[in-house]
Amino acid sequence: MSPAVSLIFIGVAALFIIGIKFLSSPKTARIGNLVAAAGMIVAFLALHKVDGTSVWMHGWSVNYTLIAAGIVIGLVVGAAGAYSVKMTAMPQMVALFNGLGGGAAALVASLEFARDSRSYEVVAGFVTVPMLFATLIGSLSFSGSIIAYLKLQGKFEKPMTFTGQNFLNGLILLVILGLAGWLIVNASAAGAATAFIVMFALALFFGIAMVMPIGGADMPVVISLLNSFTGLAVAADGFAINNTAMIVAGTLVGSSGTLLTLLMCKAMNRPVTNVLFGAFGSSGGTKAAANGVAGTVKPVQADEAALLLAYAQRVVVVPGYGMAVAQAQHQVRELTDELGKRGVEVQFAIHPVAGRMPGHMNVLLAEANVPYDQLIEMEQINPSMDRVDVCLVIGANDVVNPAAREEKSSPIYGMPIIEADRCKSTIVMKRSMAAGFAGIENHLFYKDNTRMLFGDAKASLQQLIAAVKEN
Amino acid sequence: MDTNILFIFILSIFVGFEVISKVPSMLHTPLMSGTNAIHGIILFGGILVLTDASGPLAQALGFVAVVFGSANVFGGFMVTDRMLQMFKKKKSP
Repeated sequence: MSPAVSLIFIGVAALFIIGIKFLSSPKTARIGNLVAAAGMIVAFLALHKVDGTSVWMHGWSVNYTLIAAGIVIGLVVGAAGAYSVKMTAMPQMVALFNGLGGGAAALVASLEFARDSRSYEVVAGFVTVPMLFATLIGSLSFSGSIIAYLKLQGKFEKPMTFTGQNFLNGLILLVILGLAGWLIVNASAAGAATAFIVMFALALFFGIAMVMPIGGADMPVVISLLNSFTGLAVAADGFAINNTAMIVAGTLVGSSGTLLTLLMCKAMNRPVTNVLFGAFGSSGGTKAAANGVAGTVKPVQADEAALLLAYAQRVVVVPGYGMAVAQAQHQVRELTDELGKRGVEVQFAIHPVAGRMPGHMNVLLAEANVPYDQLIEMEQINPSMDRVDVCLVIGANDVVNPAAREEKSSPIYGMPIIEADRCKSTIVMKRSMAAGFAGIENHLFYKDNTRMLFGDAKASLQQLIAAVKEN
Repeated sequence: MDTNILFIFILSIFVGFEVISKVPSMLHTPLMSGTNAIHGIILFGGILVLTDASGPLAQALGFVAVVFGSANVFGGFMVTDRMLQMFKKKKSP
């Protein structure tokens, strides 16, 4: 690599780091994304081959036509996906893009492996190891992300489990690692191509087998994990084809993605192993339901609920996945604007894992132009919850379940929650009495000062808005 | 092997951890989406292998890698920008 190219790549690395850094503050986040994109453009222009010559200084060939066509097709597909997707479906779009990146990483590594094993008698281990790593991780990230995408689209949301599943998965993993180990030493041997294809196929299958038993509610954790996997696969590709920018970018994504995954698990108070191998929800549901709950459910009509809201001093809204499903974020803003005009102090309490991804609620509410200084994080709002007149829970369930504080046998015991039960009164908007994703009863619904407003969140909110306006 | 590359790798791990540990949870989805776009740099890996590809199979697979990588990088940055353009300061009432 010439000194000039080295200098350019230091600049590219700096742009990626600054980009991620800027993404950490609401004020600079958008610029941060553009800074990272600028880094990508610079890396593109400075792209060089292993021998140090620029990719763009060679004569035009069929392959360059293919490259140009491929980039344009990817651009069209990516742009169409990015601009057509609804804000509520954002998580699965990220999953899909991540899967494509993983697939690309696996293909790049495979092609490099095929070329090296044909060209050299003995391929050095420090080249084959990253190639095999990128192939395995990339392909499992590809198939796993597709399953995560389908699960978030509502296909086979329930965890799929059978006895001996973890054992079978472990066995497949062992075979994969065995094949990889053999290939490290015998990259140019006669059966290498067959072994490689079998390994690739098993890794694809392993991605599916790994994600299928995990419930839809845990998909954010899975997507975050697969995102960091793809990052690591890209870094390994960088080692294999000696591209520093890929190593830096992939590693940054790998390490930050791992940390983000752990932060998400921490917010749910579950170790990451429990998410990946626990098949939560299927076992927890029966246990809690057997406990039974004291008290009765008290339904309320929209006009009565509107009175409570209109004459409150302080209202806290707790949004959840139900709001996202009903696409009700605009109605929520309309209602809170209406209350604000009447002098009611309105805040939003955001649980770190409300919705399908951390920050999912923030994105939706931001789309509806709710100013982000009204969005209060759980830790900040909990101490003052007993001074809240009305807490309006919209389509949230597990994140306000007091069982997390009160009942040691509950599967969510110890999870930090928004303490809606401590408010002077609570209105819960919900379609039915069905349990949340954790599959457990919510004691909040049975408390004396809780009223249930049944119905689709959007329709109920429209009734509330109309009723508040009348008063 | 060039040990400098390992050095860069290790440093990148720590930088990744440091940079993200200060992100508020409200920005986690855009952050995940933004880092997702950054690993779209695999597009360049696809370009590099495709420039040297010989034979229809290698060309076809390299082409698919370029399409995937291109969708990852363009779609990733666009979807992140779409999320972030919604984070606006409160307008004066």
